[in-house]
Amino acid sequence: MNATAPALNLAPLLDVQGVCKSFRKPDGDELVVLENVNLQLRPGEIVGLLGRSGSGKSTLLRQIAGLDEPSGGVVNYLGHPVTGPAQGITMVFQSFALFPWLTVLENVQLGLEAQGVPVDEMRKRSLQAIDLIGLDGFESAYPRELSGGMRQRVGFARALVVHPNILLMDEPFSALDILTAETLRGDFLDLWGEGQLPIKSVLLVTHNIEEAVQMCDRLLIFSSNPGRVASEIPVDLPQPRHTQDPRFRALIERVYVEMTARPRGEPRHGPKAERYAGTGIGTALIHVSSNVLTGLLEAVNEPPYSGKADLPVIAEEQHLEVDELFPAAEALQMLRFAEVEGGDIKLTEAGMQFARSESDERKKLFAQHLITYVPLAAHIRRVLDERASHSAPKSRFFDELEDYMAEDAAELTLRTIISWGRYAEVFAYDDNRQSFTLENPA
Amino acid sequence: MRLDRLPISVLTTRYVPGGWDLLAFVLVFAFFIYAAEAAHGLTGSLAHLQATPISLKPSALIGYSARTALRMLIAMVASLLFTFTYATLAAKSHRAEVILVPLLDFLQSVPILGFSFTILIFLQLTPGRVAGAEMAAVFLIFTSQAWNMAFSFYHSLRSIPDELVEAARNFQLSPWVRFWRLEVPFAMPALIWNMMMSMSGGWFFLVFSEAITVGHTTVSLPGVGSYIALAIQQRSLSAIGWAIAAMAVVILLFDQLLFRPLTTSADWFRLEQEAGFTANRCWALTMMRRSRLFGLVGRMFAVMLRIGARPAAARAAPKPRRTRTRWVDYAWYAVLILIGLGAVWKIALFVLGEVTFAEIGRVLLFGLITLLRVAVLIALASVLWVPIGVWVGLRPGVARVVQPIAQFLAAFPANLLFPIVVSAIVLYRLTPDIWLSPLMILGTQWYILFNVIVGASAIAPELRYAGQNLGVRGWLWWRRVALPAVFPFYVTGAITASGGSWNASVNAEVAQWGTQTVRAHGLGAYIADATAAGDFARNVLGIMVLSLLVVILNRVFWRPLYARAERKFRIS
Repeated sequence: MNATAPALNLAPLLDVQGVCKSFRKPDGDELVVLENVNLQLRPGEIVGLLGRSGSGKSTLLRQIAGLDEPSGGVVNYLGHPVTGPAQGITMVFQSFALFPWLTVLENVQLGLEAQGVPVDEMRKRSLQAIDLIGLDGFESAYPRELSGGMRQRVGFARALVVHPNILLMDEPFSALDILTAETLRGDFLDLWGEGQLPIKSVLLVTHNIEEAVQMCDRLLIFSSNPGRVASEIPVDLPQPRHTQDPRFRALIERVYVEMTARPRGEPRHGPKAERYAGTGIGTALIHVSSNVLTGLLEAVNEPPYSGKADLPVIAEEQHLEVDELFPAAEALQMLRFAEVEGGDIKLTEAGMQFARSESDERKKLFAQHLITYVPLAAHIRRVLDERASHSAPKSRFFDELEDYMAEDAAELTLRTIISWGRYAEVFAYDDNRQSFTLENPA
Repeated sequence: MRLDRLPISVLTTRYVPGGWDLLAFVLVFAFFIYAAEAAHGLTGSLAHLQATPISLKPSALIGYSARTALRMLIAMVASLLFTFTYATLAAKSHRAEVILVPLLDFLQSVPILGFSFTILIFLQLTPGRVAGAEMAAVFLIFTSQAWNMAFSFYHSLRSIPDELVEAARNFQLSPWVRFWRLEVPFAMPALIWNMMMSMSGGWFFLVFSEAITVGHTTVSLPGVGSYIALAIQQRSLSAIGWAIAAMAVVILLFDQLLFRPLTTSADWFRLEQEAGFTANRCWALTMMRRSRLFGLVGRMFAVMLRIGARPAAARAAPKPRRTRTRWVDYAWYAVLILIGLGAVWKIALFVLGEVTFAEIGRVLLFGLITLLRVAVLIALASVLWVPIGVWVGLRPGVARVVQPIAQFLAAFPANLLFPIVVSAIVLYRLTPDIWLSPLMILGTQWYILFNVIVGASAIAPELRYAGQNLGVRGWLWWRRVALPAVFPFYVTGAITASGGSWNASVNAEVAQWGTQTVRAHGLGAYIADATAAGDFARNVLGIMVLSLLVVILNRVFWRPLYARAERKFRIS
């Protein structure tokens, strides 16, 4: 159990082979969320799954935990396929998932209680776990009496007390403030490094690049639509790792480059139209507020960047999490206000003009780009123009989108286009009537 | 030595029983003696019961109250059992769900008189014995308690947060442990609220449950309900007064010993995990927590949980998930449709054999009259109680006083007001069609008040400050701040009030005071008359029309309104 030297020659604890997940769309076609994922987890290593929201990494974690069934492929744990929740694989949840009506001790005992462990042993082991994770004195507290960091400690103790082989972590620190998350992460790494944790290996899902580089021995980068493992980056820095270490920064830079890389197989220097997402009305949009878009454009335009910035640097400066930064960068790319490649963001001519302009001019420019480059916006506008009433129900477009994507993605895409359309004043939307109109009611 | 096998009083370190122990001891054994006394009557013969008439002496009320309270408790336990099984089945099996949920919707809209036919069944189970009549009474109380509890439990089971379900599965809780550790605690706050409502419903129809009359069969079981029935028959105002007092005492006892501890502990089950909680004090709960006698109950619960948690080794490897085969679904739906067609055929034969189409038309017209009455009453009650509710809700001190009073009034049976209403109508020659109507909303209007109070006290202080800061006053304040904020709560209350008023119509459209009977036109009166006359076909017809109207009204009016209120006015 040593974090710094993953034992590559040992047989894998977990072997995920060709796992897929797909849903059937209303028109009968398959919608693929997860495609041909392979991964192995060996004793003694912490592996990170890194990707944007919607890349299916949480789905994969649930399949490994036996909470969700793959549509294809197999998850093998200790040589046997996982068909339901397996003993020896426990999970730490993003939102803690503590039972509010149970005390800290009762929450921790839950997994042992379910296994029918004798009372004395159950108590002893639970108190040990509580001790280990730094919760002693809080045994009789209810979760509501604890701060977020303490609650997640209960989550850790509850998962560790059953002595699992594999600990799954689903963004365990993302609901905590930065300082608390750092402390908890540090404590966990210390215990892991000292071999005090009763676990063999860890699988961590995160969208925080720094966290991934700090904790993991290996990173798997997920790409979206459909979700699959795009690349693997080994992290061979010794623990404890320091964030200001140049080698650490270099690794972070490398992860950014991988994450902004175009999927393989697409031409790097083909005709321009093919290089951009959003060529049909069926492109799923991730909600990014126009405020964030303008903010990012302004920041990149200003010195010292003057139109071109390193993504990790701008992320830190703008306090943007990766799951905000990437969608924003992607949206700017779709609108032809910026180009993203090799871990950098570079403004286009239009992008710079936008950043320099006043409010009214910005709106005009945004409207022009929205109609030209986002087919869904053009489509909605065309329908509204053609109709005598100049209005159309939301359900009409929702049904169209459902041919291309899942229900919640369609809902999110419409919310995004409504917000952009409102900002650009190319159309209005009445939430009470659930319909698009050409003009604002005022 | 295994410590957990020892009796708990040996284990504790203190040797002298504390004051809380003493109190718990006295209360528990007093209850046992009471229950034994009340149960004693069960074995007696029915002829003997009918030979000893109900007494209007105030002192008799003590025994009557005990028996009524016991009946209500047993019915409540039965309702809980029903809730835990029926609602769980509906929530866990999709095939069961498709039929169980609509069925519950209809059952909820059937007034208590709709179940009066079961009295004969129960009486025949134990011929000549009181036990059958007692069972019938308990069952009738059960029918005024169970449905909304089951609904609330079903909804809770369906809305358990995903992550808690996943945690339970991840830690491999057995279904039994999962039920008691996750599902029941999560459903608790809503279930307790519904239990309180159910208790009020039980009181409201108490006279029907205890003074059982079907056709020529009349049984008056000793209890507060029969006491009220006799008091009305003999025009004894003082007895009515005593009955009100006895009811108040029993409701107060239920509140202090049962519901107050339950609601206080329900705060423990709330999901919102805010840091810092309100210290909600309740002496009965303190007693239970501090005394070892009640600690024993907690121990027993833990043991029960452990029995359900089998050791992992004994558990079979997880079964591969069954895929729901489509043709089994189709076969199941086909069976349901066949049963449904058979039921339609049976009803048609039964009702049409006795009743002409013209009468069916007349019953529908009665239904519309009652509908008009309900609509007008709900509107009037809203105009009255919404402003008062907002006023009260914004003043926490007042709300604390008003809440329990409103709760008591909700349990107040309409029969107790018969003397005043009937006398007034006869004396001033008023139109019964108008002046009997208020009785319908007597018990149900309070749900509007309750909910509006809750809504108003939930208005975020920031919103109120913002309103004050912008100088929003008078009518503008009501229109822009208060009314939108309480609207979703108001709709919840109005739905409850409307459903309850329909049920209450059978208790309100015909009023008796001694030999005087005042009757309004309406579906409730039609059903009440048919029951009194033992006319089963007309009873069924009336109740079918009533249920149908209630369910249609819920689907086309209340549900869309509620969805709209949820979407537009909730602050999320």
